[in-house]
Amino acid sequence: MRDDIPTGIASEISGGAGVEQRHDSARKHVTGQARYIDDLPEPAGLLHVQLGLSARAHARILALDLDAVRSAPGVVAVFTAADIPGANDIGCMLRDDEPLFATDTVRYHGQPLFAVAAETRAQARFAVTRARIDYQDQEPVIDLTRARAAATRVWPPMTLARGDAAAAIAAAPRRLSGRLRIGGQEHFYLEGQIALAIPGEDDEVTVLSSTQHPSEVQHIVAHILNVADNAVTVEVRRMGGAFGGKETQANLFAAATALVAKATGRAAKLRPDRDDDMAITGKRHDFEVDYTVGFDDDGMIQGVSYLFAARCGFAADLSGPVTDRALFHCDNGYYYDAVTASSDPLMTNTVSNTAFRGFGGPQGMVAAERVIEEVAFALGLDPLTVRKRNFYGTTSRNVTPYHQVVEDNILPELVAELEHSADYAGRRAAIRAANAASPWLRRGIALTPVKFGIAFTATAYNQAGALIHIYKDGSIHLNHGGTEMGQGLYTKVAQIVAAEFQVDIERIRITATTTGKVPNTSATAASSGTDLNGKAAQQAAQTLKARLVAFAAASGGVSEDDVVFLPNRVRIGARETPFATLVSQAYLARVPLSATGFYRTPKIHWDRAVGHGRPFLYFVYGAAISEVTVDTLTGEYRVDRVDILHDCGRSLNPAIDRGQIEGGFVQGMGWLTTEELWWDSAGRLRTHAPSTYKIPACGDRPAVFNVRMIEGRPNREDTVFRSKAVGEPPLMLAISVLHALSDAIASVGDHRLCPRLDPPATPEAVLAAIESVRQRTGPPPEP
Amino acid sequence: MPTVTITVNGNTVSRAVEGRTLLVHFLREQLGLTGTHVGCDTSQCGACVVLVDGRSIKSCTMLAAQADGREVTTIEGLAAADGTLHPMQAAFRQHHGLQYGFCTPGMVMSAVELARTTPHLTEQAVRDGLEGNICRCTGYHNIVKAILAGAEAMQVEPVAQAAE
Ligand code: FES
Repeated sequence: MRDDIPTGIASEISGGAGVEQRHDSARKHVTGQARYIDDLPEPAGLLHVQLGLSARAHARILALDLDAVRSAPGVVAVFTAADIPGANDIGCMLRDDEPLFATDTVRYHGQPLFAVAAETRAQARFAVTRARIDYQDQEPVIDLTRARAAATRVWPPMTLARGDAAAAIAAAPRRLSGRLRIGGQEHFYLEGQIALAIPGEDDEVTVLSSTQHPSEVQHIVAHILNVADNAVTVEVRRMGGAFGGKETQANLFAAATALVAKATGRAAKLRPDRDDDMAITGKRHDFEVDYTVGFDDDGMIQGVSYLFAARCGFAADLSGPVTDRALFHCDNGYYYDAVTASSDPLMTNTVSNTAFRGFGGPQGMVAAERVIEEVAFALGLDPLTVRKRNFYGTTSRNVTPYHQVVEDNILPELVAELEHSADYAGRRAAIRAANAASPWLRRGIALTPVKFGIAFTATAYNQAGALIHIYKDGSIHLNHGGTEMGQGLYTKVAQIVAAEFQVDIERIRITATTTGKVPNTSATAASSGTDLNGKAAQQAAQTLKARLVAFAAASGGVSEDDVVFLPNRVRIGARETPFATLVSQAYLARVPLSATGFYRTPKIHWDRAVGHGRPFLYFVYGAAISEVTVDTLTGEYRVDRVDILHDCGRSLNPAIDRGQIEGGFVQGMGWLTTEELWWDSAGRLRTHAPSTYKIPACGDRPAVFNVRMIEGRPNREDTVFRSKAVGEPPLMLAISVLHALSDAIASVGDHRLCPRLDPPATPEAVLAAIESVRQRTGPPPEP
Repeated sequence: MPTVTITVNGNTVSRAVEGRTLLVHFLREQLGLTGTHVGCDTSQCGACVVLVDGRSIKSCTMLAAQADGREVTTIEGLAAADGTLHPMQAAFRQHHGLQYGFCTPGMVMSAVELARTTPHLTEQAVRDGLEGNICRCTGYHNIVKAILAGAEAMQVEPVAQAAE
């Protein structure tokens, strides 16, 4: 690939920061050459692993008879909890509440009980069905109603409070209360969970894992095998999607393959069938939110209280931080004079719910927007009017429920710009007029804002490392702790390094994330991938640059200020030297050409016990206007038009960022509209394949989809090139679709009643809401 | 085990396969053509789409034996021998029609057939034509853009109908 390294001298480098550099693997993806784990050549002697799953949601295991499994064709070995050399715990919190294999009790339908290793995948799949399991059924807790009654928690609840909410609500001229149900969401990463373990010498093992969190997989595997972390190497080049579903959920599959590999001395691969994947792995939390709000006749919120009850599943997983983040976003962009918000992370006999793009934040925001909508309907105001009145201020009315001051608020201007450019008022009036003449097809429009906090709320996670080598020929090897799941992280970090060295991006080799190169990494999550890893890589590049500058200055007899990195070359005094030449000279002069970089996010701190601190470095803002048409006879609808104005700070790569906005929006729209998870009363997930679980298809995307990034608003905080994180916030722009549907439904009752449309707003739910509004407001019009 | 003879990307191959072997497994495991992906195992997602005698088909839905004597084109067979991308591949790359890329090979193959069989491809036709291909990350916006551009490029420079 030496040919790829440009030697010419150009006036500008290719692929620097801020340009629309294509995804680094784009060519490989369109030619089928980009390899996912299942595409790699299989090691000789590979064993195929499959998991035996519980057929009960809650039961004692009286007997686990695996004789017929062992004697099934092709079976090499069978593993239960008794075969685990270390701790039978794959939970990210290491609370011993999430076994690799269940032992005396199963706690959800689909929980793994054992693993089979066979010569072929088909043989392994056949063998797991041979198990004879005697269960003694226990009463399962499946839904939130039962969970609230049982009141068993997987994590201690949290409360945020500022002012005296109860007193403020009581003293307010008006008040109302309600309950909102918010559905969960299956990640539906197209590449399912997968791991491939290769046994090494002594106690060593290498695991290729489709994970967002290689360091945690490393730690869990070591824990299972009872070896030190340094015996385990975890590597991931790319994932075929993750969205939070591979932040902790990859642990199980990696641990099972590592166990098989070390016990048998043969490589082992586990790719569950899609149905099994959906039954085994956790999803976005569904919530019930109880709210009470006190407000005045202008719609100003004077006090509000929220209780967020979440279905967490059988184990803690990330439910604590997820429900915390729901509270952190129960204000969205609104100032509450007095507020109390509490979480209730409840145990259920279902999959252990986990991270999903937004990490509880979306549910918090959906609740905030419902409250706004309720206030607007109570007063007969446009919800947008109520939104704008309650926005955070810039110098006053700027303290959040967690006592962080909002210092970078651009929401009022951003919303004003979108409202104007997309003609919200004109279109709203036109829609009202059209609806008056249309008995059955009703249109709706809504503008909703987003304010999303950036940083891990667990302060320790806000660190990152990077490793850069420059080889003698001037080519650069880049590694960092972030993982690539399509979001373009590798490309963006390479752009940053290219910009630092002023070399063409083609000179930089992006390499797979591995615990062997950068240790103790955080999950690529919380939208922080570029903020953290980009800064760490930038720092490594700056270290190397400083060494090259010192060398060039000394050898050229000039001051360091006279050494300037120009595109693909370096000016040393009056002389210009190609970058590669300087590097080879530096090598001969024994300058070290490898460096690590490290970054820790400044300013942040958080005290959960007192609900006080600065959990976020900054906020990302955005707003969307959605317009829909609803068939009030069937509940079916379509999204006609969406206008988005979003804040990426100074975008590192507008093409990639725009892709995140579009994709995040559509994924959020799926969550709030068609994606419905359905467990039956026995706790079986009945929507366990795309045949029954409807994620957006091409035809569902908005017919008109205008996406813009706000200009001239660099991040006020010192982020890498003043960019802003982009992974999660756009998902919440889709709340505008839910409210546009609500607006269309409300037209059936002449906008007098809040439809209280709960997501997911499936056509069935929309029809039910229409019926409810009709019943509450009188008979339907004559046809 | 019966022997099947299939022309894949222009090369005729004969292999003994179990009767139940799916075409997708034949391509991936026997021929090492791993650009064709398995996303859902249940014929919903379209990550496994290939062309059989020029028609797009989900290769997890077809037995290898059913492809006996037929011509199959996979994503690996789309570019020219010298590496020049097929116009549809080039368009996906150019227009950022991918993020994590797992769906991309199936999308490109479906798009090629759609463009070939629809004389004047409209946005609506793309929306309808892609119902069988799921993408979880792009929101389809750039995919539609890429397909319209790719279809136009195919009109301008009709490509050699590889393996047909
Ligand atoms: S794997 Fe064939 S359609 Fe999904």
